[in-house]
Amino acid sequence: MSTLKRSNPLFRNLNAKIAALPMIATTLVVFLGCSIWTVVYSFTKSRSLPLNDFVGLMQYERLFRTSRWLISLENIVIYGVFALVFSFVVGFVLAALIDQKIRFESTFRTIFLYPFALSFIVTGVVWQWILNPTMGLQASIRSMGWESFTFDLIAGRDTVIYALLIAGLWQGTGFVMVLMLAGIRSTDDEIWKAARIDGIPTWKTYLFIVIPMMRGVIMTTLVIVAAGIVKLYDLVVAMTQGGPGISSEVPAKYVYDFMFARGNLGQGLAASTVMLTTVLIIIIPWAYLEYGRKKKG
Amino acid sequence: MTSELLHDQQKPRTYSFDARPHEPAGAKPAKRLSPARIMIYSLLFVATLYYLLPLYVMVMTSLKGLPEIRLGNIFSPPMKLTFAPWVKAWDGACTGLYCEGLKVGFWNSIKITVPSTIVSIAVASVNGYALTNWKFKGSEVFFAILIFGSFIPYQVMLFPLVIITRELGIFGSLSGIVFIHTIFGMPILTLLFRNYFMSLPPELFKAARVDGAGFWRIFLVILVPMSLPIFAVALILQVTGIWNDFLFGLVFAGLKNFPMTVQLNNIVNATQGVKEYNVNMAAALLTGLVPLSIYFISGKLFVRGIAAGAVKG
Repeated sequence: MSTLKRSNPLFRNLNAKIAALPMIATTLVVFLGCSIWTVVYSFTKSRSLPLNDFVGLMQYERLFRTSRWLISLENIVIYGVFALVFSFVVGFVLAALIDQKIRFESTFRTIFLYPFALSFIVTGVVWQWILNPTMGLQASIRSMGWESFTFDLIAGRDTVIYALLIAGLWQGTGFVMVLMLAGIRSTDDEIWKAARIDGIPTWKTYLFIVIPMMRGVIMTTLVIVAAGIVKLYDLVVAMTQGGPGISSEVPAKYVYDFMFARGNLGQGLAASTVMLTTVLIIIIPWAYLEYGRKKKG
Repeated sequence: MTSELLHDQQKPRTYSFDARPHEPAGAKPAKRLSPARIMIYSLLFVATLYYLLPLYVMVMTSLKGLPEIRLGNIFSPPMKLTFAPWVKAWDGACTGLYCEGLKVGFWNSIKITVPSTIVSIAVASVNGYALTNWKFKGSEVFFAILIFGSFIPYQVMLFPLVIITRELGIFGSLSGIVFIHTIFGMPILTLLFRNYFMSLPPELFKAARVDGAGFWRIFLVILVPMSLPIFAVALILQVTGIWNDFLFGLVFAGLKNFPMTVQLNNIVNATQGVKEYNVNMAAALLTGLVPLSIYFISGKLFVRGIAAGAVKG
């Protein structure tokens, strides 16, 4: 495109810049500006309105003394670890099963992915009903004659996070499955021939040859899923509203409630800054690795 | 990065003049059902149950009367079929102050989704085009920040955006929510269009330049008509994404414009009154109907959209 660069560069730049203006504004004002604003004002005493009254780390000290925040953090860590492990293991296994030249492949794929088209609100509403101890799954199995059957995760303070996990995995595993399948299919067919000649069993080929070859896809999916987990909000609102008590609170809900319902902006901003930091810890090493890899070509 | 993922989709199409590809002739060898294959199908069957049961339970519950629901078997089909819960969910369920049903939210969601989809796609497609064919100094840096920014939790930017939209006079209005959806749709859509335009042969663009076509003319007359598939992908991605949004609708749309997801949540999690599980399930199905129809109709295009989301960066 070097010939183009010589022809009327000023005009060319102007047009493209006008076209790219929304993007420039979004990156500078929203992604950079708003994030910086939030970080800066998290060090102030802001209550219902932002104030320029800087108080150092006071909001953070209060934040980490608040049991609701600590519970939120604990919940998101438990949810995050289990959601990552299960969605990747199940997602990969389903993808590998679908990859076995099965019949009705597209039917299975359609079934595994359809919950992903639904909102977290719908997902939460459905699973709230299914997991309802007095009328849902537990009651149904009991009414069929298994009187001692117990499945009341959603009602227990220590177990409610696993109820959220069941719903979240139902919604999101199909997404991981689709990406893993795309990854598996993009690996060279030759390795299968080679593996077969060497007499390597199928599962070993997947585990030790295909997965290492899919490193890029897996890493990217991991980052997207992890960044999504940090945002977990709608599902909790729809399914448990943070209950019983405050046992299923999550950071994103803490931010929203303190910002908009409780008029305690400082706390909301400090909490969202912690969320931002978490996401940066997840993506910076990944971006660095990917960028470095790209540079090397 | 991870270009291998989209490789198959972005590969320029090669057309073969050979009408019939070389397929093996004769009858297909019969597959025998080995223990391994039985195992595969059983596992797939178990997974299918997990994925389909909630949908089944939702439909069954929505067609039963409350007395039957209280008998406590969510799996049994209705003994006495009733569509009253659907009617009530659509027309009479209480969503906060009013009891006019989900239809209000449905039309609100339409009013939000249609302009948001159009504006966000228009902005992002031009953007992707500028980033591909009209690179300027720093354009790649902005693009990198844009993609990087899509990982920032929305909560971080929520309050400053409230201030910005309030200053612009669009907070709590349809324009406000369209504005927000345009901003947050930009990273993924720009990526989608940029990747697509990059896969087109550059000669096309060069030839048009030689013929004297300018920025907008090349875009509108040459690129858009040959990019309809990617516009379809973007359309599907945006309609489902915006329809399913909850947080932005709650914060930016304003009380009278609350989208369907917010209204659904209000119906289901209302603190007063008797819990009508059948109405709740009908309401959930109604809310899920639009994205589900899009999903089942669009098939591969939907998958392509979310796969593009996975290669951001």
